[in-house]
Formats: sequence, C-alpha cells, structure tokens
Amino acid sequence: MRTIFEPTKGMLPVDTSYCPGCTHGIAHRLIMECVEEKGRLGDTLGVSPIGCSVVAHEFMNIDMCESAHGRAPAVAAGLRRVHPNHLIFTYQGDGDLASIGAAEIIHAANRGEKFTTFFINNAIYGMTGGQMAPTTLIGQKSTTSVEGRKKEVNGMPLRVSELLATIDGAVFVERVALNSPANIRKARRAVMKALEVQEKGLGFSFVEFLSACPTNWGYQPIDALKWLTENMIPYYPLGNLRCPEEVK
Amino acid sequence: MSERVLMKGNEAFGEAAIRGGCRYYVGYPITPQNELTEFMSREMSKRGGKFVQAESELASINMAYGIAAAGGNVFVSSASPGIALMQEGLSFICSAELPLVALNVSRGGPGIGGIQPGQADYNQVTRGGGNGDYHIPVFAPASIQESIDMLYDAFSLADEWRNPIMILADGMIGQMMEPVTLPEPKIPVSEAEIAIRKPWALSGTKKGNRSVVKSLRMQPNDLEKHVEKLFEKYRQAEKELVKYDTDRIEDAEVVFVSFGTTARIVSEVIDMLTEDGIKAGLIRPISLWPFPEEAFSKLNPKTKVVISAELNMGQMMTDVKAAVCGRFPVRLINRTGGIIPTSLEIYERAKKILGEYR
Ligand SMILES: Cc1ncc(C[n+]2csc(CCOP(=O)(O)OP(=O)(O)O)c2C)c(N)n1
Ligand code: SF4
Ligand SMILES: [Mg+2]
Repeated sequence: MRTIFEPTKGMLPVDTSYCPGCTHGIAHRLIMECVEEKGRLGDTLGVSPIGCSVVAHEFMNIDMCESAHGRAPAVAAGLRRVHPNHLIFTYQGDGDLASIGAAEIIHAANRGEKFTTFFINNAIYGMTGGQMAPTTLIGQKSTTSVEGRKKEVNGMPLRVSELLATIDGAVFVERVALNSPANIRKARRAVMKALEVQEKGLGFSFVEFLSACPTNWGYQPIDALKWLTENMIPYYPLGNLRCPEEVK
Repeated sequence: MSERVLMKGNEAFGEAAIRGGCRYYVGYPITPQNELTEFMSREMSKRGGKFVQAESELASINMAYGIAAAGGNVFVSSASPGIALMQEGLSFICSAELPLVALNVSRGGPGIGGIQPGQADYNQVTRGGGNGDYHIPVFAPASIQESIDMLYDAFSLADEWRNPIMILADGMIGQMMEPVTLPEPKIPVSEAEIAIRKPWALSGTKKGNRSVVKSLRMQPNDLEKHVEKLFEKYRQAEKELVKYDTDRIEDAEVVFVSFGTTARIVSEVIDMLTEDGIKAGLIRPISLWPFPEEAFSKLNPKTKVVISAELNMGQMMTDVKAAVCGRFPVRLINRTGGIIPTSLEIYERAKKILGEYR
C-alpha cells in the first residue's frame, strides 16, 4: 500500500490547547511540515513567545525555549551565536512582536540575523483576553477600545512587514493569510522559502501570517475567516515584499 | 604560569572572565564599565569567543538567556540602570535554571543618578528587582585581584549551580589600576563535552532527547513544586557560598561592616583607631547574598557598637541588624551620590559614635 498522507513528525501527537477555529494550529503545522521536509527536525531550535502560543513547545517536536514577552528575537540571536548551522526560528504574536518587542525585531532584522521569524498577526492580544494591539484595525472593537480603534487616539495599525522590508538585513519578507486552502498553500511556500534563505545564510527572513482569533473577535470560526478576508487583507495586502535572487 | 601585570579594573574583569571560561559576552555601553565592553569587543574573537553589542540591556540579558539555553558560558556586564533593565530577564533565567555570569560596576542612583562609584544597588542585587521567588548569589570584590579571582571561578560556579552569579564591583574598582596576578586560562570545553554536561541545553533533538527551556507553569501545583525545588538549591547555596573576611574583631569595641571599596577605606580607619588605642575591627561580607550572618556570632561581648559603612543610605543595615539580632547597637556611616568618604571622615564620625557608647 502506498502512503498518501501522514501527519508530520514535526508535531507531537497531542491535541493543541488553541480555541476552535484558531489558526495558530495551522501555522504550527505548516512550519513543522516544512522543517520536516527539509530533513531538519533534529537540528532545529524554536523560540516561543508570550501569548497564546507560549506553549508551542508542547506541540512542536523540536528543541525549544520560551522567551520573555517580546524578546524572542534577542533569544534567537543568542541561540545563533552558539549554533551557527542549526535552523532557528522565533514564533511571535502581534502584541509580542509589534508592541513590546518592537525594538528586538527591528534590531534583529537590522543585524541581518540568520534566523526566521514567523509572525502571527491576529489584530488582537489573544491570550490576555482581547485587548487592542498595534495591529488592531481602525474601528475594530476590543476590550480596550470598546468603541473601536480611533486613529486620533491610537494611530494607524502598524504594517510590520512593510516596516521591516525597509531594512537591508531583512532579505526575505512576505505576508500570507491563513483564510483559505489556496492561501494556506501559498503560506507554506513562503515558509519553505524563508527557511531556504536561512539555510543559505542570506540574512533575516520573515513571514507574517494574517490569522484568526474567533474567541476574542467574537465570531464563529467560519465568520472569523470571512472577517479576516474582508477586513484584514485590504489593509494588510498579501504578497512578497522582499526576496533574494537565490531563492526566487 | 601566572602573570604579574598592572591592569585597569574594567579590563581585568574581561581578561579574568576569558581565562575563567567565558565564551560569549553581551554588552551595551554604560559608564563606568565601558572599557570592559570595549575590551571584550577587541579580545573575544581573538580568543575563540564571540562578542555581541546588543541594542539595549533588555536585549543583552535575553541574548544571554538564549546563549545559556544553548549551553554557552556567557557573561553580561552593565552598571546600575542597565542592571535594572535586566531584572525581568534575570528572574526568567533563575526560573529556567540557566548558568550566567553578570557584573554590575555600580554607580550612584536612583534614576539615571550619576556616574561616580556607588553601592546603592545593594538591595537591587541582593533582593533582586525581578518578580517572583528567586535568589542570585552576589559577590563583592574589594580589589582588582579579588575581582579577577571571582570572575575566574564564576563560570564554573554558575554551571555547577545552574543559576546566575552576580559580581557587584563598584565603579571605583572598575576605574582604578592595580598590579595583579592573572590565573592560567582554563582549557575550553568542547561541544561534545557540553552536550554531556548539559543534556538540557538546546542543541536539537538529534542528540537523543528533546530539550525544552521554560519558565511558564500555569498549574499552581506545578509552580509551587518548581519554586520549592529552586529553594532547596538556594538553601544549599546559603550554606556553601557564604564568604567573608574578618579583621581584629576578637576584642574590638567598635566593629565595622563594610564591603567593596568602602571596606578598603575602613581598613585604614581601623589602623588609625588602633593608633589611638581604640580596639576596632571589620567584618567584610564578600558574599552579599548569602549574607554572612555567621560572622556576627564571632563578635565579642565587649563590642560596644557595630557600624555599617556604605556608599548608600544604609541598605545593608537591614542585613546587619538581622545578623546582630539586637545584641549590639547598629549605626551607619555613609556617603551617597557618588561621593567616597576619606578615611579621616569615617575616623572622625566613628569616634563620635563610639563616644556615645563608652
Ligand atoms: C512583561 C509582560 N507584560 C505583559 C504580559 C501579559 N501578556 C501575556 S500574553 C500578552 C499578549 C499576547 O498577545 P499576542 O502577542 O498578540 O499573542 P496572541 O495571544 O494574540 O497569539 C500579554 C500582554 C506579560 N506576560 N509580560
Ligand atoms: S484566544 Fe484567540 S489566538 Fe488565543 S487560542 Fe483562542 S482563538 Fe487562538
Ligand atoms: Mg495577537
């Protein structure tokens, strides 16, 4: 008999703790499938953030460490000093990366750190119960912006991929969405390329996943994906912002 | 063969760390320890190590966490406000039980304070500004030679205890020059050896086990168990890591308690008082945590007063009073803000205080 599908060995055979309809699980699986496809499960190191995915190390079948809120890029830079040839990634939410950890991600990119950051943008602080993030959309209601985010008070939602794409050391930057099978396939290709950039030692690589947080958005899973499609994608356009010749 | 050389404190710290097994150094500029960061930027790559200039002390302590999590022997240094920024990281590292050596070349505070030497970080380093139940062993050198010996041993000590080790050297020690003897460089530990000694370190599952370095424990029962386990270690450390010096306390009527630069000045004061026929002595805590309470049991009943001499508003007094336990009056002689008292000033203030008890 021919095996036509097998769950990736990159994920441990346990249920995740994420809410129904949460796309953290999809992102985990894509990343781990790609690491497995590259044959690197044995020498990949991951850094989990503070956020719902702090427990990513309970699901991803690789060596991992947690990091203090926002500091994952500094931690990964430390891991890289000791292990010059391992695959290394950080996995961070939008509160973690775009707010409290804004300095660390910018400087890691600017040093051209040879690791990959997977950025889960769900436009909300998930773990703490739905507060406004730097990425929360104008008009989007959260527990700290009950009338919706206002530009005059909170500024515009931060487009992190565009920001990082202005930095020389960030050689691969792509935004993808986890809202449809077609986009998930594209997301997988972006993950593969980002890891390839790292393997080739070309510089810092970054993939932003537009993700759903049905729980804190207050939608059923299907409606959450619809909200993502109709509201997030227009403001956060999908596509590649930077890609080195070597992996095109 | 050990070498005898004249060295500036800040450079000697770096040299001693490298000889003691430091393979990674992470720093961020701050006075009065800049010469150390500069020294490491020049020396680390030449000596088989790696130097990183971080974007902040928040980043430096977290880079150090990453290095330690991967099994590397790492050294971070800073001065007072920079150490303040590192506190979250230090708490995290204690919980994750990672080895690390941190040096505070301390200056005056609070706030940005000033850049002259101070000891006002006593509470910061002994109590820890980070959250939660944890301890960091802290050692305070009184000379460059003593700093060298401490830093030389600190890396194996951190490995042995799987905990940060903090050296508190005030800005005076960082900035002055003294003749010192440099110890023989330790033989670097190979990667294979690290894998055996540190099976918990992140190096990939190909080593045969899956390593997870973490501090989150959502279940109160798990967290309590974890903290209790940490405290078994700290209780052991309280017994094994206590270090202090005493001088002429057997028949002293006035006993000073003083560490670091201040202790050196106090040594001179004791000579001056002795010449006047006053019996004076010194307890010099070398480990600030654990605090050498046992030294105080050696005080003789004829002691009239214990004087804590510090470059702050009397932060060590709390520990001194707890150790004296009401047996003798405890008084303070201090300067702060970066001012270092002369031996004459301490001598005169001590005589006045002693006069109240004679
Ligand atoms: C220093 C610090 N500040 C605040 C928190 C509280 N906190 C925990 S998770 C989190 C937000 C996480 O949101 P995000 O990064 O968007 O991840 P998500 O849960 O949405 O995936 C915050 C603020 C913390 N743990 N540490
Ligand atoms: S709160 Fe939101 S981000 Fe967190 S697990 Fe639930 S759906 Fe996912
Ligand atoms: Mg989020």
